[in-house]
Amino acid sequence: MTDFTPNEMMTIAAARALSNDDVCFVGIGAPSAACNVARLTHAPDITLIYESGTIGTRPSVLPLSIGDGELCETALTTVSVPEMFRYWLQGGRITLGFLGAAQLDRFGNINTTVIGDYFKPKVRLPGGGGAPEIATSCGKIFITMKQAVRGLVEKLDFYTSFGHGDGGDHRRRLGIRTAGPALLITDLAVWEPDPETKEFTVVSLHRGVTRQMVQDTCGWTVRFSDRLEETPQPSELELGTLRDLQRRTELAHGGRKGN
Amino acid sequence: MTKFQSLREAVAENLHDGDTAAFEGFTHLIPHAAAHEAIRQGRKDLTLIRMTPDVIYDQMIGMGMVKKVIFSYAGNPGVGLLRRMRDAIENAFPRGLETVEHSHAAMANAYEAGASGLPCAVLRGYVGAGLKAVNPDIRSVACPFTGEELAAVPAHRPDVAFIHAQKANRKGDVLIEGIVGVQKEVVLAARRAVVTVEEIVDDFEGLHPNLCVLPHWTVKSVVHVPGGAHPSYAYGYYARDNAAYLEWDKVSADRALFAEWMKTNVLGVGPDVFAARVKGL
Repeated sequence: MTDFTPNEMMTIAAARALSNDDVCFVGIGAPSAACNVARLTHAPDITLIYESGTIGTRPSVLPLSIGDGELCETALTTVSVPEMFRYWLQGGRITLGFLGAAQLDRFGNINTTVIGDYFKPKVRLPGGGGAPEIATSCGKIFITMKQAVRGLVEKLDFYTSFGHGDGGDHRRRLGIRTAGPALLITDLAVWEPDPETKEFTVVSLHRGVTRQMVQDTCGWTVRFSDRLEETPQPSELELGTLRDLQRRTELAHGGRKGN
Repeated sequence: MTKFQSLREAVAENLHDGDTAAFEGFTHLIPHAAAHEAIRQGRKDLTLIRMTPDVIYDQMIGMGMVKKVIFSYAGNPGVGLLRRMRDAIENAFPRGLETVEHSHAAMANAYEAGASGLPCAVLRGYVGAGLKAVNPDIRSVACPFTGEELAAVPAHRPDVAFIHAQKANRKGDVLIEGIVGVQKEVVLAARRAVVTVEEIVDDFEGLHPNLCVLPHWTVKSVVHVPGGAHPSYAYGYYARDNAAYLEWDKVSADRALFAEWMKTNVLGVGPDVFAARVKGL
């Protein structure tokens, strides 16, 4: 087995969590890489949906944006954006939403809106886009992000999209019928919500990662599962597929004017 | 009657100081040429609506033309942040910017409500989300049948919509293919619509009956601007110039560099430069 980076482990661990039966609303960046690695390895029949309206898309390179031409060219069908959000997302057709985050808390609530006060922000981030409704309308939510104390925080500066709120049955109390955050995949570990409290708990450490490393890059006191495992290393196929995909992507997006 | 005009005439007739305008395009078919003409004409105090205010709104905001933006995702797609828009929000440079922020679902629904002639859109949205607390336009209604609490947002009714499309025919009917975004909705929601197109053809004989076509009587003005979406793309004509989006991240990071870039690439040129920009893409 060749060596691999923490980022590659993160993407591959996320890809493994996806199945042929999933109808997946894909966020850009790490979620998109994981979804396409899954499609190119163990889940060839997974349905990937991007918010630009492309349903069942099969890109050969990773899109730079959610609306790249190849998403449309390789899709089963492309619908308008209002239809995407009304019929397909709000209509309950999407089993899984895959999101990234700028800030995340222990209950899977996400901030991609501002750092600091909303009306006097230190950093104005892009905002929620589709995430507020993806977070509540998809059957369940997976989240992927690199660990850092400024990213995994005790308290969010802004609640862009709702995870498990204050934990426990908070979703149900707000009338939300979907499962919410069910998995968090970072560059160091795999986390699952505690069945009762809904606090993310580390269930698996990637190779070479210690509990201390996870704690040092997380802003809250980390809980570890009693049955803590080591994440299986990437296989040749998984790593080769990811690297080929990234190589093709760099070639496709690097040049200007079609070279 | 749809007018076939120059871009200068179309913008001069349809976009006025203080207007609420939407230059729409969801990554695809973004009306860059039309936005650049608006910049050249120096329109002021605009309220801009767009789901994804990307490079063109960054440029218009950086030029000081905008007082308010209604939006749901203010990023440079696939690259990062919008640096001119951030400078306006964080430092009031070159002027302060009022923002009204929604989710994509709410924006799409608001356009659809506008096109439908309704005063507001109703959706199952914003549950547990923080935007409700900072945007007074996000309210709720109870379903009269089930009692379920649903989100309500005002319909979008822009004074003017600008979109870019693949084709118009000689009558001024417009064909949009590929990722169609909210373009049909924004045209039907707006009081006036201006469409720039890649190509003008004699007629639409033989088209598939379910294609997205806007009849000429929904469009005020059609302008032939080949390449007019660059660095966005036009399905069937040219690809997205991803390198230009990466370059924008650097240009927009520096106030002086931005001013220089706008002078060279927008203020000092006309819409005819777009055709050359997409050669080889």
